[in-house]
Amino acid sequence: MSALKTSLKESPPAPARPVRKRRSRAAEDMPVGHGQTRRSQLFTLAGLGLFFIYSVAPVWWLITAATKNQRDLYADSGLRGLWFSDFNFIENLRQVLTYDDGIFARWTLNTVFYSGVGALVSTLIALAAGYGISKFQFRGRRIAMGFIVATFLVPGMLLAFPLYLLFSMLGLVDTVWAVLIPSFINAFSVYLAKVYCDSAVPDELLDAARVDGAGEVRVFFQIVVRIMTSGAATIFLLAFVGSWNSFFLPLMMLRGSDKWTLALGLYAWAGKRAETGTDLTSLVIMGSLLSTIPLAIFMIAMARFWRSGVTLGSIK
Amino acid sequence: MSSTGLAPDTDVGTPGRRTRHWTTAMKWKGAAFTVPFFLGFVLLFIIPLGYAMWQSLFREQAAGGLGLTGTVTEFVGFDNFARVFADGKFWLGMSRVLIFAFILVPVMLAISLAMALLLDAARRRAVRFFRLGFLVPYMVPGIVAALMWIYIYSPRSGPLTPVLDDIGIDADFFASEMLWVSIGNLIVWNTIGFNMLIIYAALLSVPRELFDAARVDGASEWRIAWSIKIPHVRGPLALVGMLSIIGLVQIFNEPLLFRQVSPETVTKDFTPILFIYNQAFAANNYHYAAALSVVLALVIGAVSFVYYKIANRGGNA
Repeated sequence: MSALKTSLKESPPAPARPVRKRRSRAAEDMPVGHGQTRRSQLFTLAGLGLFFIYSVAPVWWLITAATKNQRDLYADSGLRGLWFSDFNFIENLRQVLTYDDGIFARWTLNTVFYSGVGALVSTLIALAAGYGISKFQFRGRRIAMGFIVATFLVPGMLLAFPLYLLFSMLGLVDTVWAVLIPSFINAFSVYLAKVYCDSAVPDELLDAARVDGAGEVRVFFQIVVRIMTSGAATIFLLAFVGSWNSFFLPLMMLRGSDKWTLALGLYAWAGKRAETGTDLTSLVIMGSLLSTIPLAIFMIAMARFWRSGVTLGSIK
Repeated sequence: MSSTGLAPDTDVGTPGRRTRHWTTAMKWKGAAFTVPFFLGFVLLFIIPLGYAMWQSLFREQAAGGLGLTGTVTEFVGFDNFARVFADGKFWLGMSRVLIFAFILVPVMLAISLAMALLLDAARRRAVRFFRLGFLVPYMVPGIVAALMWIYIYSPRSGPLTPVLDDIGIDADFFASEMLWVSIGNLIVWNTIGFNMLIIYAALLSVPRELFDAARVDGASEWRIAWSIKIPHVRGPLALVGMLSIIGLVQIFNEPLLFRQVSPETVTKDFTPILFIYNQAFAANNYHYAAALSVVLALVIGAVSFVYYKIANRGGNA
């Protein structure tokens, strides 16, 4: 509002100008809002509100459910399920963390390990490959790029089974490597890295460094990687989230529960009711909440990066 | 390019030869950067695919005569594929997921688009708040989302069934006729946030002057959304649709979890991947599972191709 007033004050009496100026200022403040009727603004808000409730309510239910003991969980049916009863959060937490000799903590560490190491290595490999394809004119780079894009379309699950056969031949099934190695190679990351490198790394800078006598490896680590930090963060983030959410591959590859991921462990807990009659519902609910929190914090903290990654991926 | 510009400066003697030499060396160095990726690519994509195709040509059979000594693997050519094409259960599962994708993808796109358009029409301060809310489902891991919704659907622990009961709707989310609706809802919930973000990002790149121009001409907000914004996000919409179809045909996690609560409805051949998984790990039919995988890949390729053709013809931009 104050911006609007000053713009009016500053502008000389010429009749047409101030109106246009006011418009453009107002437009900055509310991108499309100006010129809209009150009714359509209300409609917009109502629509947003509905989708907001749809998006958030289930998670809200999960949060309230995690604070209840199993009896209240079943007793609070209907809308009462959306509010708290006896506050049992700490007790549930204790149960999750101590059940089966604290296996839940083990799964959490495993998941962090698989996702962290997998995303780190795959980001490095992708940066190198993306840089190579972007900045060097070697034969076959077009075909290489074609292959990479084509793999987006090859369903991951489809490769999973042949991969299982191969890994069992190599004796890798039920080892940490069976989950780690596949996460190292990510075609989408290479694609993103190539796109970033095209736009962010100037050829002149590379040439200058070479004139100064820097070797190719040094150019890559000291110049390219540094310039592409924010792109690399996006690639890392998307790979991390992808690994954290992966289920099919660990399900196939891992037998011993000490190597499981959170998703696998929660699935096994949820299945106990059908298999053995042990109802672990409140453990699963608490575990679900716990396994979501780190990811949510991580994503919110790095929101800047993954938003740019998504935008970039969609434009090309 | 860059190499030819650089070489003459550093060169003294025979410029032409050295430049060529230098260029070749640079090409090799560049290619070297891609080696780790392509090595892994061959190991994790090409070899498994080839291996699956090879395996699909064999069959394991009980060793004749002795009976106790185990099995022999024999070459059977395309017998496994003939079996796949005659396998009613597999194709029933396939038609299930195809129909499901056919119905669900437009719904997903429509909802994500509506969310993105609403967000685009909101005031800036509201945008931040709502966008964060819309992204909450994306932060929930897929398995957790499925588990959570199963509890919410459950008449014992969830709020949904009793509330619907109060307003006179007798809903059983695990009944066979409701099952795809239940699964569809949870997939929509889990994916709209990300899809919305892609579409919204594209909307932000529409030049704002277009809207002002349209308004001056007297266009309503509806008209602007329909005639300017939606055509502009056609590309991202097509992309999201394509990825969704590919994902839905391979649907596995959700049916697997629903199988825990209603095993009689969600049979072990409910979807193609579930069928393959059970063939491979429960029935130990590796060779048959490999053939099924190859056929599924071909079907997905064909569906993507048809979709691509249709999306391109419609958009043509």
